[in-house]
Amino acid sequence: MTREVLLRIEGLRIEGRSGDTWSEIVKGVDLTLHKGEVLGLIGESGAGKSTVGLAAMGFARDGCKITGGSIMFDGIDLRRATEAQRRALRGKRIAYVAQSAAASFNPAHRLIEQYAEAPVIHGVMARDKAEKDAVDLYRKMQLPDPEGIGFRYPHQVSGGQLQRAMTAMAMACRPDLIIFDEPTTALDVTTQIEVLAAIRDIVRQFDTAAIYITHDLAVVAQAADRIKVLLRGEEVEEAPTRQMLDAPREEYTKSLWAVRSFARPVQPPATAAPVLSVRGVTAAYGKTVVLEDVSFDIHAGRTVAVVGESGSGKSTTARVITGLLPPTSGEIVFDGAALPPALKARTRNQLRQVQMIYQMADTALNPKQRLRELIGRPAQMYLGLHGRALDARVRDLLHLIELDPDTYIDRLPGELSGGQKQRIGIARALAAEPRVIICDEVTSALDQIVQEGILQLLTRLQDEFGLAYMFITHDIATVRAIADEVVVMQRGRVVDAGHKTEIFTPPHQPYTELLLSSVPEMDPDWLTRLLDSRA
Amino acid sequence: MGFAASVTLGLAGLFALAWVLRAGARALLTGHSRSIASDMPLTAAFGLLVIVIYAFVAIAAPLLAPFPERDIVGTQFQAWSADHPLGTDRIGRDMLSRLIYGARNTVGIAFATTALAFVVGSLLGLWAALTGGWLDQILSRFVDALMAIPALIFSLLLLTIFGTSVLSLILVIAAVDATRVFRLARSVAQGIVVMDYIEAARLRGEGAWFLIRREILPNAMAPLVAEFGLRFCFVFLSISSLSFLGLGIKPPTADWGSMVRDNATLITFGDVTPLLPAGCIALLTVAVNFVVDWQLYRASGLREATQ
Amino acid sequence: MILTRIALGVGLLFVVSLVIFWATELLPGDLATQLLGQSATPETVAALRAQLGLNDPAPVRYWAWLTGALTGDFGVSLANNRPIADLIGARLGNTVFLALYAAALSVPIALTLGILSALWRNSIFDRMANAGALGAISLPEFFIAYILVLWLAQTGFFPSMVRINPTTTFGDRLYMTFLPALTLTLVVTAHMMRMTRAAIINLMASPYIEMARLKGLSPLRIVLRHALPNALAPIINVVALNLAYLITGVVVVEVVFVYPGLGQLMVDAVSNRDIAVVQAIALIFAAAYIGLNLIADVLSTITNPRLMHRR
Repeated sequence: MTREVLLRIEGLRIEGRSGDTWSEIVKGVDLTLHKGEVLGLIGESGAGKSTVGLAAMGFARDGCKITGGSIMFDGIDLRRATEAQRRALRGKRIAYVAQSAAASFNPAHRLIEQYAEAPVIHGVMARDKAEKDAVDLYRKMQLPDPEGIGFRYPHQVSGGQLQRAMTAMAMACRPDLIIFDEPTTALDVTTQIEVLAAIRDIVRQFDTAAIYITHDLAVVAQAADRIKVLLRGEEVEEAPTRQMLDAPREEYTKSLWAVRSFARPVQPPATAAPVLSVRGVTAAYGKTVVLEDVSFDIHAGRTVAVVGESGSGKSTTARVITGLLPPTSGEIVFDGAALPPALKARTRNQLRQVQMIYQMADTALNPKQRLRELIGRPAQMYLGLHGRALDARVRDLLHLIELDPDTYIDRLPGELSGGQKQRIGIARALAAEPRVIICDEVTSALDQIVQEGILQLLTRLQDEFGLAYMFITHDIATVRAIADEVVVMQRGRVVDAGHKTEIFTPPHQPYTELLLSSVPEMDPDWLTRLLDSRA
Repeated sequence: MGFAASVTLGLAGLFALAWVLRAGARALLTGHSRSIASDMPLTAAFGLLVIVIYAFVAIAAPLLAPFPERDIVGTQFQAWSADHPLGTDRIGRDMLSRLIYGARNTVGIAFATTALAFVVGSLLGLWAALTGGWLDQILSRFVDALMAIPALIFSLLLLTIFGTSVLSLILVIAAVDATRVFRLARSVAQGIVVMDYIEAARLRGEGAWFLIRREILPNAMAPLVAEFGLRFCFVFLSISSLSFLGLGIKPPTADWGSMVRDNATLITFGDVTPLLPAGCIALLTVAVNFVVDWQLYRASGLREATQ
Repeated sequence: MILTRIALGVGLLFVVSLVIFWATELLPGDLATQLLGQSATPETVAALRAQLGLNDPAPVRYWAWLTGALTGDFGVSLANNRPIADLIGARLGNTVFLALYAAALSVPIALTLGILSALWRNSIFDRMANAGALGAISLPEFFIAYILVLWLAQTGFFPSMVRINPTTTFGDRLYMTFLPALTLTLVVTAHMMRMTRAAIINLMASPYIEMARLKGLSPLRIVLRHALPNALAPIINVVALNLAYLITGVVVVEVVFVYPGLGQLMVDAVSNRDIAVVQAIALIFAAAYIGLNLIADVLSTITNPRLMHRR
């Protein structure tokens, strides 16, 4: 059943500016979308998916320009059309849902005013009718208090609700096409489900065509009829969703699928005494209690994964362990002896034993220091290495993280890729020769293939040096891949803990169940089944 | 008006020279410095050239000036002539010579003042941002209170108390200006202090001096350098204004602000000579501003490129 | 919240008055020896100390000074023994008139130019406006003033000196103070324009402006409905900052045009080291400065829904 073509993009070329030079970021992409069809556009960062999505509206961001190809929307050539003609389409027949709803709603106006704006301006309906319509759509999007929520300002509404309100706003003129630009990426997994389900239902209900842009294959599989994979501005392949999941043709696509198959072999439970124990820790920022009675152990050569959504207290636990936030009660025990609660009271040797790797390698490495200094400083400080010995040590460390010392030792972080930067973060932690390393969401800012490399490296180093890892993450797939023990946190408390096989084998604790079941699976029917089972 | 024409011609000449020098730099330099030179707009090249010329004149003043700074070498208010290219002043000193010595006195004093304000203000600002807590609170509230008094008014108040010698002028303006530098350095550093690499260094057990010197300062340099240019302009204009008001650098020391004041009567007769020192002030300020604008643009451009 | 802000402003003014008063305590020796010079006999110094009330402890003198200032009594000038209130009297009005005149000229011009050059970024208009502003910022105020004198007063269009008395009509006043007001306007407009431009450009890069464009709104509507409400707070601050700058600017301009205002009086007092007068005028200027910033803060709070409508 093929319906008539709504959007046809041919040979699209877009250039982007960095500094004073222009370079091509979209290199001849074709795209066809039929009425009522949902196309998933996936790719890693820099693939040009958002740029293509915006081009479908005849729009290029500042610093970008469309240089070639044609964009035909329902018989209208968007590249040849006047700006006024394009404006008449935008918001009315083609609408846009942005990644960050919090930033994309105007902070100065109430939600319903922003909802009514497009229908009134485009002459679709009068203001009072638009406002009634808004309440109706808010209800369809399952927003709480649909009559009242429109009269709030954006800052008074939560992220997941804003994202749904933005989808409702995009629907206001009943457009033929909606561009969803990573609409659930910034949300927690349990919220993501709700938004994803609401988007899918409303698009089906109004028979709206959509381009759904994301880097998460499992998410797009739930909503898209067809999937197109982009890599560095070029199409890799395109196929109907099921076919794409079952039998990807291209090597690149296969590698995207394969990422989640990496897993460290299950280790026997540790028998020795723990290297580090968190014992009954309660902590607060001012008067707000953020951690309550948190306890768990970390063993040599093993990984404890601390899992939870934003605000669950996982990173705060790390701050307590490192001494940045002294607890109000409880203690951190290292090798059988309690550590002083505050950073300043700890000895240099105590500091050396617990090292940290950060989520954003960009902000974790001083951009003005060369790798020699970045990696060398801990070795110099803790182990007293100088001159030749220091140089040799830095080279060893670069070898360990699989970077060629001669090429990299005098580079600045800005001259490295994201994955390489994260490796430098690992090398810096290793340089101190610690026994415990805290990894704070170390893979979540990276593309999937790069993630796998980092996880493999960490696993290898753990086996080689008997390191104990505390692995903070919100990503269940990562937990499955590398954890030995799992600690599940919610609102500052430990709600579930145990060996990985226990945690992942039913029956689950209720919150663990919710968390586990919310992780999208590579199965187009997963969301439908989940919603049925929850109903 | 022949005068306006010659000024225009002079400026055009400077621009042309700046263009030639930039072209030369592009041809001769290699690597990083070459890419800087090729990005440089003409205005910035002009600014740099003017700054270099001023620096040269200030250093070589005794060699360049036809007459000594303070000697009375003619009758008062002589017109422009071969002996005195720019005529003489109110009591018969050579205008050109005083203009040349003015580069040394006015610019030198302004530079020393800015440097002093910068060292004090930025070190305190970085320290306050890094340490936080009560130290930051006390310093910041104190600076807030001082900044609630307009700069010129506060300077006038302090000058009344300490008298109007050159030393007290430098100290007073530097003190007033250090509050502004403190504010900027603190806010720049606050943006840096929240970075994970600072946390990493703290966790490593580094001391405050290492953090300021090795971790914060290299990253704060670009905005601080641009701010130095802006503060210099501000200090330079403040000192000139005070001298013009008769409260700054005083005769017989040759200074551009007080030279305008001294000879202002000529303006009402349509003579432009008293405006020449003011023009010298304006030209340098414009030049510094051109260079600062370019630096700020470069800093923001680099940020965009790395994103 | 607005009340706390006002209370903070009053508190700040109090602290500033302390600073201004405390400044005299920094005098080497004390005020009496300072005034009479090194050669004065101990008797005359003692007499003067008694007359100035210097024998009282500092807190007592501060309290007397502050309460006096609040009721308009600033004591007497050290130079000529006349009540400072009399010296200030009409001059305060003249200075306020000049500042308001300059503000009335500069605020509309600067905001218009700033908004336009932000909208037409990198156009010829923007480049010209920026170059002009950069130039105006770089010139000393007295340079601008004298150039205006050279061009406009020499040709006889406007007077280069301002002679006003209580009988001068409003129209004549506007005419006679045109050159000083224009000088101030040129300086302040440049600053205000650059800051307005920067604030708007900063705003136009936000995602919600892109969203408005993607809703198919016209550029005019985007600016008026989506940018302007959010730009109000920064623009209010820019205006306040520059009006505060005007306060300082008047000092130099008043001297050039021999304008009978507070700035002129202050410069004379500094030359005579008449600390009592300097303190009084510094307090007035500081109060105006703090007041302007306070008004700006309150206004930008009112225009910000995030502060007015809590979660």
